Amino acid sequence: MNALSLGLAFLAAGIGAGLSILGASYGIGRLAQAAMEGTARQPAASGDIRTSMIISAALIEGATLFALVVCILLATKAA
Amino acid sequence: MWNGRRQVGEGMRARLWAVGLSAFAVASLALGAPVAASAAGGDTVPDAVIHHVVDGNDIAFQHPLTGSTVTLVLPQFKITLGGVEIDLSITRHLLIMWVAAAVLVLVITLAARRRSLVPRGLYSMIEMVVTFIRDELARKNFGTKEEADRWVPFLATAFFFIFILNLFGLIPYSATATGNIAVTAGLALITFILTLYAGMRAQGVVGYFAHIVPQGVPIWLYPIMLPVEILGLFTKPFALAVRLFANMVAGGFVIYFLIGLIFMLGEGVAPLVAPVSVAFGAAMILLKLFVAFLQAYIFTMLSALFIGMSAHPH
Repeated sequence: MNALSLGLAFLAAGIGAGLSILGASYGIGRLAQAAMEGTARQPAASGDIRTSMIISAALIEGATLFALVVCILLATKAA
Repeated sequence: MWNGRRQVGEGMRARLWAVGLSAFAVASLALGAPVAASAAGGDTVPDAVIHHVVDGNDIAFQHPLTGSTVTLVLPQFKITLGGVEIDLSITRHLLIMWVAAAVLVLVITLAARRRSLVPRGLYSMIEMVVTFIRDELARKNFGTKEEADRWVPFLATAFFFIFILNLFGLIPYSATATGNIAVTAGLALITFILTLYAGMRAQGVVGYFAHIVPQGVPIWLYPIMLPVEILGLFTKPFALAVRLFANMVAGGFVIYFLIGLIFMLGEGVAPLVAPVSVAFGAAMILLKLFVAFLQAYIFTMLSALFIGMSAHPH
């Protein structure tokens, strides 16, 4: 593997990790906003809202970690 | 069996599931386990981290202060079936899985031994979890109560097995077996096979594939919907496997690289970096504890959802 493709692989891994965390934190931030608003409107439902919020956050993070696995593969194959 | 009457009750079936599940996971792990070729600990920090995360043929116990290492080399044996070499050697993750399965069977057997009407202690904790699985996961996803109760042993076994494997990753000197894509792929394969089994049992073999596209879709959408649905049949277990694998590996990576940062930044700066690194590492271990439970729950919930959806497509 020559130096150019090595460098490009590392670069791609870094940029990919940054982009995927952008998407994940935006999605989970929107989720937290909706959860806070729902709890503020109806404090009695806060338990159900909290459970649903945690489950949705785990699923969104699952999708992010797919992208992260690709980045890790790039970075470690290049190393 | 403990009160003198021979019965195949919930406890026995759960134990059979635990043994069967771990045996299947053993088989799938053997077919997928790579043989690590490096010695214990590499020269650079990334090498050492990779060596800790990836499966290997040896277990190395290194004293933290003196640096002396005791390495147990596990037996390797490969068999050749018709020209294809299958690597069935015992690796680190496999050993952890056996230990975890033994611990799980032991704990639940001991907890369920005193079957009084008012549960106490460990039994009540396990009963709380199993009741939650029965009410929230099984009965909400399956149609009738009897069918839901039949699926509770599998869901409870999946949850407890994955939870205990995730927890074993937090113990020093042991490895996270669910941080191996072969292990999580084996678990997701079990869910996939059960999805097909439940669907074919409820609708017949031909009926399952005939109804794979939901009702009420106009005929001109079939060329798009059919490949999408068939692909969806395979991507759902794949997502299950990768989600669990990536969550476990990411937790481990973060902690290892935080500690490795102390070494990577050189001699002079190390005493300043160390307190921050160790504090963040401790926080990440707490987060990993939470993620261990959450990912086990998510795997079980999605398994229940997929199996329920395939058994009752409406």
